Amino acid sequence: MNYGALVFLGAFVAVSLSWFGMVLSPQVQLGRQTQGTNSVNTAELYPVQRPGLAREGLEVYRANGCVYCHSQQVRQSGTAVNVILTDAGTNAAAAADALMKSRAGVTDANAVGLSAGLPKAILTDVDVDRARAAVEALTSAGAKAEIEIVPVGTDIAWNWGIRRSVAHDYLYDSPVLLGSLRVGPDLANVGARLPDANWHYRHLYAPRSVVEGSAMPAYPYLFERRPIQGQPSPDAIESKDGFEIVPTSEARALVAYLLSLRADVPLFESPVSVEPPPQETADTNSAAGTNVVSPQASASAQ
Amino acid sequence: MNAPGSTKATPLHGIASDAIDASCRMPLFVLFGVAALWLAASSVFGLIASIKFHSPTFLSEAGWLTYGRVYPAAKSMFLYGFALPAALGTTLWIFARIGKVGAAQPFFIAAGGALWNLGVLAGVIGIFAGHSTGFENMEMPRYAAVLLFFGFLLIGIWTLVTLHERRDRRLGVTQWFLLAALFWFPWIYSTAQLLLVVWPARGTAQAVIHWWFSANFTVLWCGLAGLGVVFYFIEHVAGRPLHNSPLAVFALWTSLLFVSWTGIPAGAPVPAWIPTLSTIAGVVSVVPLIALAMVLVPTLRATDVPPSAGGEITSHRSAWCRLTSTVPGRLVASGLVAFLVAWVVQLICAIPSVNGFVQFTWFTYALSQLNLYAFLALTLFGAIYLIAPRVAGMDWPWPKVVRLHFWLAVIGIALIVLPLAAGGLLQASKFASKASHPELSFVTVANGTLHFLRISSIGEVLLLLGHVLLAGNLLTLMARCARARLAAAYESAVAEVRTAEVKP
Ligand code: HEC
Repeated sequence: MNYGALVFLGAFVAVSLSWFGMVLSPQVQLGRQTQGTNSVNTAELYPVQRPGLAREGLEVYRANGCVYCHSQQVRQSGTAVNVILTDAGTNAAAAADALMKSRAGVTDANAVGLSAGLPKAILTDVDVDRARAAVEALTSAGAKAEIEIVPVGTDIAWNWGIRRSVAHDYLYDSPVLLGSLRVGPDLANVGARLPDANWHYRHLYAPRSVVEGSAMPAYPYLFERRPIQGQPSPDAIESKDGFEIVPTSEARALVAYLLSLRADVPLFESPVSVEPPPQETADTNSAAGTNVVSPQASASAQ
Repeated sequence: MNAPGSTKATPLHGIASDAIDASCRMPLFVLFGVAALWLAASSVFGLIASIKFHSPTFLSEAGWLTYGRVYPAAKSMFLYGFALPAALGTTLWIFARIGKVGAAQPFFIAAGGALWNLGVLAGVIGIFAGHSTGFENMEMPRYAAVLLFFGFLLIGIWTLVTLHERRDRRLGVTQWFLLAALFWFPWIYSTAQLLLVVWPARGTAQAVIHWWFSANFTVLWCGLAGLGVVFYFIEHVAGRPLHNSPLAVFALWTSLLFVSWTGIPAGAPVPAWIPTLSTIAGVVSVVPLIALAMVLVPTLRATDVPPSAGGEITSHRSAWCRLTSTVPGRLVASGLVAFLVAWVVQLICAIPSVNGFVQFTWFTYALSQLNLYAFLALTLFGAIYLIAPRVAGMDWPWPKVVRLHFWLAVIGIALIVLPLAAGGLLQASKFASKASHPELSFVTVANGTLHFLRISSIGEVLLLLGHVLLAGNLLTLMARCARARLAAAYESAVAEVRTAEVKP
C-alpha cells in the first residue's frame, strides 16, 4: 500500500467511472435531443428558441443571481385520472344505469345528477381501469365522456406550472439555471402566470409596492430616472416633478426573459389535458390564454 | 498551545521537524495568511447578504451589492479563498511531516499560492461585476479559472513531489485521503469548467454536470480533505494508531466509487435513469459511512496506551480525551462530529420522498453549511492552529484568543445550522400543505422563515468575529516571525561585518 501511484490509479478509475455515468452519458443522450413535433395537441415544433431580447435577459438573470432565490423547475408527484362527462345523451337514466352496473365503482349515479352542469368531472382521481370502464359504459348508453389526465403535486398546487418540467423545456438555454433554493416562487412558468410586463417592472423596481411584505430585494439600478421629454414614456413606472423612472435596456431584456418562461406546452412525456394557451411570442405581453390568472389575481393569491 | 520546541516527534531517519517546518514557512504563510483574509472578507459579505433578507432595500442602489452577487462572492471567497488554499497548505505540511522531508520547491508553491489568490481576486471582482458563470459553487468566470488552474498546478505538483521524495516510505491512511483529495479537485473542476463554461453542454445536461460537480466538490472533496486532517490528528497528534487501517482504505475507495455518483435530485427534469442511479448511489453511500464509523468509534474509545519509551503505561485516557485536550484537537473533533451528522442526514435525504420534501428549502442550505463549515472549516481551523505556530517557530501572540475563536465558531455555526434546519423543515411542510390549504400564500410561507434567518444572522456575526480574531492572530504571528527573522539576519550580518573588521 506504499505506492502513491496506486492511489492515483484508483482515484482515476473512480472519477472516470462517475464521469462516464454522470457527465458523458447524460451529455450524449441530452445532446441528441432536438426540436420536434412532440407536443400533444398540435403539430407545432417544440421547443422554440427564445426571442433575442429574452436571450439577453437570461444573461441579466444570471449576472444578478436571481437563481439564488428562485428555482425554475416544476416537480410533479404523479397524475390524477378524471372522467369528464361532456354529454349525457338522450337517455340520462340509461347512462346512469350503465355507469352503476360497470366496474367503475359508481353507486349513486342518477339521471338528474348526470345531466346537470355539463361538462363536469364525474369521477376524479381514479385508476385508469375504472376510468376506462366508466367511459365505455357511458358511451354504450349513448352519452359522451372522456378521460382527463391531470398532473398533481405540490408545485402544481402552488400554481407554479401545469405539468412537470422536462429536459426539452431547457433545450435552448445556456446557462441552464434550475436553482436550488426557493426563497421566492418557482419561475418556470412565470410568463404564463404573470404576463404583464409593467407588473414586472414595478415589482423589480420596488417589490413591496406590488406584493405586500415581499422579501425580494429591490433592483433600482436596473432603472433610470430621467427628465420627461414631451410625452411621458409608455413604460415609465413612475413620473413626477418632470422626471420619470424608466426601465433600462437590461430591465427590458430581463422582463422579456421572464415573460418567455412558460413551459406549459403539453408533451407526450408529460401530458396535460388542459388546453394549451394560444401560441404567442414572448415579447408581446398581451393578455394570455384563458387558463392564465390575471396578474392582480395571482399576485393577491400569492 | 504547544510551543514548537516541545514537539516530541523524533525522526527515525530524515531531517528534524524544525527544519521541515521551516521549509514550509513561505508557502504556508502565503496560503494560510491570505486564506484568513479571504475568510474574514467572506463573512463580511455573507453578513451583508443575510441582512438583505430583513431589509430588502438595504444596499440595493448599487448593482455590485445586490444579493445575487454578494452571496456568491462570499461563498466563493469561502470555498476558493479559504477552504482550498487552507486544505492545500495543510496537505503540504502533513506530507512533509509524515514523510520526514522538507517541502520540495517552497518558492514555487508560494508562487502558486500567489497565482491562485490572484485568480480568486479576479474571480470575486468578476462576480461583483456580473460575470458570474451562474453555476453555484463555481461562479468564478473563465479568466479567473485559468489563473486558478495554473496556481493549483504549481502547488499540486510540488506537493506531489514532496510526497514522492518522502524518506519514511510508508504511506498511511492520512496520506491516502489527502492525496485523493488533491487529485479529485482538479479533475472535477476542469471537467465542469470545460463542459459548462468553455464548451457548454446542451440543455439540462448542464444541470446534471453542475449537480455532479457540486456533490463531488462540497461533499466528496470536502470529506476527503477533512477526513485526511482528522486522521492526521488521531494518528500523529493524539498519537493513536487507527483501529483498522484497511477498513479506512475500504471507506476511501467506496466513497470515491459511490459518493461521486450522488447529487442529482430525485425529481430533476432529466431522463429518469440519471436521478435513479444517483439515488441508488446515495443510499449505497451508507457503506463507506458505516466503515468509517467502524474505524473511528473504536479508535477514539480505546484507552490502552502502547507502552511509552519507559515501558510503563502513562495514562488511561481515551483517544477522544487526548484529541480534545488541545484547542486545535477540539476543533477537529467538533468537525468530526459534524461530519458524521452531516453524512447521516445526507443519507436520509437520498431517499426520494425525503429528497423531494426538503428540496429547495433552507434545510438543504443548513445541511451544506454543516458539511462545509461545521465540518470542513472547523477541521481546517484546527489544522491552522496546530501548524502555523510550528512553521513560524513561535507561539500564538494571543493564545487565549484561540480558545475564544473555538467557542465563537462552534456557537456561531450552531446558530446557523440548527435554526435554518428547523426553519427549512417548517418551510417544507408548509410548501407541502398547499394542496390541503389553498388559501396559504407564498409570502406567508417565505416570511415564516424570517425568524430563523434572524437567528442565523446572529450566528454569522459570531463567525465574523471569530474570523477577525483568527486573521489578527495569524497575521500578527507572521509579522512577528518575519521581524524576528529579519532581526536575526541583521544580527548575523552585523556579526559577520565585525569579524571581517577584526581580521585585518
Ligand atoms: C433574496 C432573494 C431573491 C432574489 C435574489 C430575487 N428574488 Fe424574486 N422573489 C423573492 C421573493 C421572496 C418573492 C415573493 C414575494 C414577491 O412576489 O415579491 C419573489 C418573487 C418574484 C417574482 C414574482 C413571482 C410570482 O409568482 O409571484 C418574480 C417574477 C421575481 N421574483 C423575479 C426575480 C428576478 C428577475 C430576480 C433577479 C433579478 C429575482 N427575482 C431575485 C426573492 C428573491
